[in-house]
Amino acid sequence: GRGDGAIGLSVCFCTGELLLCEANTVYKYIQEDGSNRGTYGKLICTNFKISFLDEDSASDDNEPQFKNKIIGENDITLQCVDQIYGVYDEKKKLLTGQLRKYPEKLIIYCKDLRVFHFCLRYTKEEEVKRIVSGIVHHSQTPKLLKRLFLFSYASAAPNNTGGRNQTVMFDTLEDWRDELERTKGNVKYKAVVTNEGYRVSEKLPLYFVVPICVSEESILKFQGRGIPIWCWSCHNGAALLKMSAFPKEQDDNTSQMQKAFLDGIYRTISNPPYELLKTEDLSSSLPSLQDIQTAYTRFKQLFLIDNSTDFWATDVKWFSLLESTNWLEIIRRFLKKAIEVAECLERQNSNVLLIEESATDLCCVISSLVQVMMDSYSRTKSGFQSLIQKEWVTGGHSFLDRCNHLHKNDKEEAPLFLLLLDCVWQLVQQYPPAFEFTETYLTVLSDSLYVPIFSTFFFNSQHQKDTNTTGESLKTQSGPFKFLTVWDWSVQFEPKAQALLSNPLYAEKLKPDKSQRKTTRFKHQRQLSLPLTQTKSSPKRGFFREETDHLIKNILGKRIGKFIINSSDEPHNSFKEFYDSWHSKPVDYHGLLLPSIDGPEIKVWAQRYLRWIPEAQLPGGGTIATAAKILDLMEEVQSLQVKMDEEHSQAISRDVQAVPMLRNSARLSSLFPFALLQRQSIKPALPTSTWKDLEDEDDLVKRDDEFVDLSGDMS
Amino acid sequence: MASSSTPKYNSNSLESSSIKRVKMLYCFTDKDVIYMCPFNGPVKGRVYITNYRLYLRSVETDPVVVLNVPLGVISRIEKMGGASSRGENSYGLDITCKDMRNLRFALKQEGHSRRDIFEVLTKHAFPQSHNLPFFAFANEEKFSENGWMVYNPMCEYRRQGLPNERWRVTFINEHYGLCDTYPSLLVVPYNATDDDLKKVAAFRSRNRIPVLSWIHPENQAVIMRCSQPLVGMSGKRNKDDERYLDIIREANGQISKLTIYDARPNVNAVANKATGGGYESEDAYPNAELFFLDIHNIHVMRESLKKLKDIVYPNVEESHWLSSLESTHWLEHIKLVLTGAIQVADKVSSGRSSVLVHCSDGWDRTAQLTSLAMLMLDSYYRTIEGFEVLVQKEWISFGHKFASRIGHGDKNHADADRSPIFLQYIDCVWQMSKQFPTAFEFNEQFLITILDHLYSCRFGTFLYNSESVREKEKVTEKTLSLWSLINSEKSKFTNPFYTKELNRALYPVASMRHLELWVNYYIRWNPRIRQQQPNPVEQRYMELLALRDDYMRRLEELQITNNSKIPNSSASSASPSQMMSHVQTHF
Repeated sequence: GRGDGAIGLSVCFCTGELLLCEANTVYKYIQEDGSNRGTYGKLICTNFKISFLDEDSASDDNEPQFKNKIIGENDITLQCVDQIYGVYDEKKKLLTGQLRKYPEKLIIYCKDLRVFHFCLRYTKEEEVKRIVSGIVHHSQTPKLLKRLFLFSYASAAPNNTGGRNQTVMFDTLEDWRDELERTKGNVKYKAVVTNEGYRVSEKLPLYFVVPICVSEESILKFQGRGIPIWCWSCHNGAALLKMSAFPKEQDDNTSQMQKAFLDGIYRTISNPPYELLKTEDLSSSLPSLQDIQTAYTRFKQLFLIDNSTDFWATDVKWFSLLESTNWLEIIRRFLKKAIEVAECLERQNSNVLLIEESATDLCCVISSLVQVMMDSYSRTKSGFQSLIQKEWVTGGHSFLDRCNHLHKNDKEEAPLFLLLLDCVWQLVQQYPPAFEFTETYLTVLSDSLYVPIFSTFFFNSQHQKDTNTTGESLKTQSGPFKFLTVWDWSVQFEPKAQALLSNPLYAEKLKPDKSQRKTTRFKHQRQLSLPLTQTKSSPKRGFFREETDHLIKNILGKRIGKFIINSSDEPHNSFKEFYDSWHSKPVDYHGLLLPSIDGPEIKVWAQRYLRWIPEAQLPGGGTIATAAKILDLMEEVQSLQVKMDEEHSQAISRDVQAVPMLRNSARLSSLFPFALLQRQSIKPALPTSTWKDLEDEDDLVKRDDEFVDLSGDMS
Repeated sequence: MASSSTPKYNSNSLESSSIKRVKMLYCFTDKDVIYMCPFNGPVKGRVYITNYRLYLRSVETDPVVVLNVPLGVISRIEKMGGASSRGENSYGLDITCKDMRNLRFALKQEGHSRRDIFEVLTKHAFPQSHNLPFFAFANEEKFSENGWMVYNPMCEYRRQGLPNERWRVTFINEHYGLCDTYPSLLVVPYNATDDDLKKVAAFRSRNRIPVLSWIHPENQAVIMRCSQPLVGMSGKRNKDDERYLDIIREANGQISKLTIYDARPNVNAVANKATGGGYESEDAYPNAELFFLDIHNIHVMRESLKKLKDIVYPNVEESHWLSSLESTHWLEHIKLVLTGAIQVADKVSSGRSSVLVHCSDGWDRTAQLTSLAMLMLDSYYRTIEGFEVLVQKEWISFGHKFASRIGHGDKNHADADRSPIFLQYIDCVWQMSKQFPTAFEFNEQFLITILDHLYSCRFGTFLYNSESVREKEKVTEKTLSLWSLINSEKSKFTNPFYTKELNRALYPVASMRHLELWVNYYIRWNPRIRQQQPNPVEQRYMELLALRDDYMRRLEELQITNNSKIPNSSASSASPSQMMSHVQTHF
């Protein structure tokens, strides 16, 4: 009876999910350590995911503590599959298209760095053929946008309205106006409706913000190219702008026209009330998309480990292997560029214009990083999510192409969003109290890139989403679709699991309340003290109210100078001075935040990259050990509060709701909440290959500790 | 301190010093003393030299730059430039320190201005080379705790349940007659007589016979330490030694073989035969199983640290940080030491087999391995006091040659005996505490303080090579113990996250993926490397602890008043949530 139908194995199908093929008696290795331990089960492939249904765990009550409601432990969404290898006579071969021979083993490498080993030796030949070609076909070959599971899900799902969360989506004029108001940018910038009906460009959002002096006519002239588009305004009035550049033009006439146009634009926005303008041509000063893709491809390889032997073999040369991937160096360069931009805005009071051909790749990373560093609202959960909406989702980052979700063109692939998350992670680990979210939040966000039930990361632009939502060619019954947004975390996680996305160390910004003034005399106290009220933070919290004076002064004290200072002439010293002087002062977690970018400070995001590797687990260790203690203590304090309130009102005591998730924290794995403690024994992990030659120190190696002839001692 | 911000824990500024009998030897008030700070550029200042330290205070700078260097830290003093040297600030002194920094002072070229300062410094930084006593013998500080009382070998063995029917305490070494580098009190198999021990001593390098370091409370397997057997080229054997090892094997009733861990690489152990040493051969010891742990010698470690200093001081290597770090091999050595210790601990704990650990002499690598394995197996050693006992026992009493390895007060900076073995050990402990942040009672500051006073010569703790010399020099009578300082201010060295766990073996992961450079120690002089002191995570926890205690106190008060009051009377008082802050949680 068991196994003759997916339902029998309690498979959990999503709405709109269809079974495409299946294979029985597939053996899944728990971990390739030579012991060949594993379980039998059924391997299935649907239009949503590849899934292994464990025959033994049907009645298993041992639910993991941190569970994704949609993607189980043995589920791989089709978009999450990175590469598939077949094993033929102990030899690994990459599987891409048509197969002539069918492998005895299947290895699936996932984009979230899980590695699955499936043995097909005991499976019927027919089933092997069907499952292997099915998996390869559905996950590795080009597909049409409309064939994404996103659409099946949206058309089948009941009204997914969900509670409106606090994230600003930036799909209305109102959202942009609010953002302008929040940052006091509305003095010099305006939200425009010129792109309604996508008259200007399909890459640009429906609504965006430009300098007040820019005319509708100029916006339309070159489909929005050459127009400075507002990202954010600093408290001193300086603004961060981006602009998509003109492509290299063969025609002299055209390029003359473009040049004249640009000169005009520059002149306009360099006149008062605008400050100095600095231009940053990102494509010439940062690694290219190709460089980023190459680096990440090498980097991720270090974590896609087949077995324990591999782990220890790469361990000896770990640092040079890491370095040779160049990934950490790329992170460093982006962080450094963001500091440079912050310096212009903050210290030189200068507007910064980021230039890139499409202004939707490197621009997104840099503008987001600058805002995370300079605007503490971007370090709250809703602020960060709004930022991603503003700069990436409506900003027109081509998620579909950059993630290669449709397998249309490998050359378009580049992990820019992941690069941003890794850069933000560096800041999170350097300044834990400054962020409302945790590294776990960043990790699950990076995983969500491959979950095709949210529209957030599955379109190239707002235009593409709009046209596909309404479904212009309404041949079928489907549409208009109601897509889910990834920011509704309740779709993926239960409240208990969602708690792990919030940082217990976050020092919430205090409201300037007169009664509090006296207690905030000491600077360090103000920075780190406990949040005083359980306020529901407004998504558009007032921003630097006290700074308005400053702003007015700046506008009155107009400065007219050279209108463009090319950043490449800029003396390096100015950066270093800014960086050093900031680092010599105590940190204000609600103020400007600059990452340390010295070699030892740029680290590997262990939670994301190492989480599935059992050898890398520290049972009872890691930062989770201290975080768990803090959570426990917070819980205790909370229950004391309740008790005190009760004593006061002398009410009948209620039970305090406890969060038992982290109890017994001493035994949590350092990779919590991701890794399950697969290694049952408490045996330590022992390196299998340890030493390599110290070629250059041969003479020292051979020496004895002390030059004493012991043979003389013996009488 | 080379940085403008004086670290929090450095309370011993010259003005507010609690150290007694600090004599002012030299005060260089000429404004032309320039401290060539590698981070902030030349700094004019005033230099004071006492019998304990070199102290510099900048003039005309804001913020004030202060340098505070115990003379014991100085490894080498060189004159740079000559009277005719050209160029600004080219004439002066160059001081190399043992704690990962160099100091450079520029002076005026006229009138041999550096002669006095050079002479005073040389004499007092290297007292042993000038027939002067260490500063520790002049120090008259007072502490509320007496650190010399921390370690009592008898108490420690009793804590381990010794002696018992299989292991006895012997006083054969009471006057260091058996082995002058061992402590006077030793624990040996009950079935071995003192006469046997003497015979075994003849076959072990420097008479360092196998003795017990630690016994597993449940399975009775033991960790033994010793030096290499004197096998020599001819492959000598010694029946007494062979029998002695068999007695050890049998002592916990095990049937399996005794495991011998030779800390050295195989080739080095073989090479040692040429000088009379060697290792236990299978022929001679059929009941033993020998493993080499491939840990390199003191010279390799010294060179490795030298390379590390090159890439972190004064500037952190920028372009190729990771490969530069790898090329120093420092973390690779750490990995090997930890791997060795894990094997020792695992063999005793899950393999239930007694182990014998040695290297060549059994006072460097052996001390690292036994004390790390003990730290992994016995949670007592993870407390402040337990760790002090561990260092006192496995390192100080068993003759790790601190004087030779550190070169206390000795001008011979190039001495081949110097090696950062103890530093490497503390680094291993730090790696463990980093991997298990709740498992240790002590914090990072505790480890850094130990290392600072490893060099400072302010305490007698790390002076001299062995217990016998220390006894002769009357160290415990005439000097203070470092543990007095630490135990008098325990809260400063306590890890707030410490969670007591009994009998839990703690195995670090000896993988490069987890090993990190100890930035707060090796790069602490660089103001660009941020040291968030106090650590914000720790601070938050402390705040919560204070809040909890406050709530508990208030709650108790409330309960008392409520119990004594008639009902209804409390209606007038404000709710506590109006009176005090509520903790925001995110559930």
